[in-house]
Amino acid sequence: MKDLTFETLIAVFEEIFGRGLFWTMVILAAVITLAYFYVLIRDRAVSWRKFLWAQLSMPIGAVAAVLFVQKVTRSGFADIGGPIDVIVLLGVAVAGAVGLAVLVYTAESLLWPKSDSDS
Amino acid sequence: MSHDRTNDPGRRRFLGLAAGAGALAATGLPGRPHAQVATKARIVILGAGAAGTALANRLVERLEGAQITIVDGGAQHWYQPGFSLIAAGLKPPSYSVSRTADWLPAGVTLKPENAAAIDPEARTIALQSGETLRYDYLIVATGLVLDHGAIEGFSLDMVGENGIGALYAGPDYAARTWKAASKFIDEGGSGLFTRPATEMKCAGAPLKHTFLIDDLARKAGTRGKSDFVYAAPQQSLFGVPIVAEKVRMLFGDRGIGTGMQETLTSIEPGAKRATFQTPNGRVERAYDYLHVIPPQRAPEVVRQSGLSWADKWTDQGWVEVDMHSLRHRRYPDIFAVGDVAGVPKGKTAASVKWQVPVVEEHLVAQIAGDTTDASYNGYTSCPLITRVGRAMLIEFDYNNNLTPSFPGIIAPLEELWISWLMKEIALKATYNAMLRGKA
Repeated sequence: MKDLTFETLIAVFEEIFGRGLFWTMVILAAVITLAYFYVLIRDRAVSWRKFLWAQLSMPIGAVAAVLFVQKVTRSGFADIGGPIDVIVLLGVAVAGAVGLAVLVYTAESLLWPKSDSDS
Repeated sequence: MSHDRTNDPGRRRFLGLAAGAGALAATGLPGRPHAQVATKARIVILGAGAAGTALANRLVERLEGAQITIVDGGAQHWYQPGFSLIAAGLKPPSYSVSRTADWLPAGVTLKPENAAAIDPEARTIALQSGETLRYDYLIVATGLVLDHGAIEGFSLDMVGENGIGALYAGPDYAARTWKAASKFIDEGGSGLFTRPATEMKCAGAPLKHTFLIDDLARKAGTRGKSDFVYAAPQQSLFGVPIVAEKVRMLFGDRGIGTGMQETLTSIEPGAKRATFQTPNGRVERAYDYLHVIPPQRAPEVVRQSGLSWADKWTDQGWVEVDMHSLRHRRYPDIFAVGDVAGVPKGKTAASVKWQVPVVEEHLVAQIAGDTTDASYNGYTSCPLITRVGRAMLIEFDYNNNLTPSFPGIIAPLEELWISWLMKEIALKATYNAMLRGKA
């Protein structure tokens, strides 16, 4: 691929999802990430109770992400053809797991900020 | 835990981090790499396909004051890499269709008609309406024409019926091809997959169609009822020897027979018989499904213009350009880009992506009274689908060298899921970004 610059990547992602949806997702992801840092800094500690729920949600996020990618691309586990495919599959799974964990932790912290047994 | 939140050092650090990230994102976007060149040059681009549109979008960024006119009578823009997917029932015809005008930048004049004549001596283009355009620089990006008439007994209205497919002809014909192919998948019989003797766009597409129909028949559980033959005029299955060998092995694995040095010359749709010219005379083959790819040539207006090679491809008429600069060898103010360019490789959208910046550099340098060493190396790419869910990301150059974009990560001769993902998700997006001049 020629000139795979940051700008090209952005242009490609805009085309994949449509400009509106892509930037909505970027902003959403940024807001959730910022909210996650916000609750961490606000609470001055990781709430291990909330973190437990976040961890428990991780396998769900991993499986959901993999199935989602397979569904939209009409492919399945039988199409894994080499090491890079396994890496991509794991990458999708990890992204789904971490994404859902961050979302769950942040949502819990924002909705139930006071769970005093945590700290 | 109680303290004044406005003076919370953690909070300030957090906000600083956010501001820093924002600044990084802003500076991460590179600015325009080139200063604009001021000019009054009249530039005419013949054709608003992948090459013409991408070049128009890039030239308006590079040139200030140029009069850019793009000539194309087709109201629809076709994303041609999608045709293989449409012809396998994986996408609807609308997947490949958009409006030509929607991709063109402001400041470019679209003439919605075709050129009737090119006069490279007088530097004029006669349009079908009778209007004459004068140019200082001409970009020939007309694409090619499919010579369906060259196959005796065949016409496009047959596509979709009686086991005849022809996916190159357009999105609707690709969909009709799937109608015929899916019937063949259900009922079985003899499948005959062809390719022409001329240069052709995307030499991987005839193979992809064969692999996809094979795979879909396997998944439908009907592959045992059918036999597959791939018949081609060439001596090998692909122009790049190392890829040809890989395809030969895959064909062996899939039970796909071959008929090399066989050129489809005529069909008898009633009797479902196809006739091939071979070095040993004529060969007849019966079929239940026949995929026709006709000979491909430069459009008549180009072939009549005197711009074609006189001693090469004389039955095809590709434009006589230097294979590295894509500048016409006799008229330095003319370039050809895309399918119509007379270069040994590169009738794909991926080639266009690499050719367009080269033409852009040469044209802008010429206008600025400068020179450039920008050079096209024949780069062509083909995500060669070998089944639904897997493809080989094959990239090569004029010298038949493999030129993998991700060496050591994505193996070019392996059937990989990631290569399929790229075709499924990123290819059309990259194509669209290219049309806009951004990739």
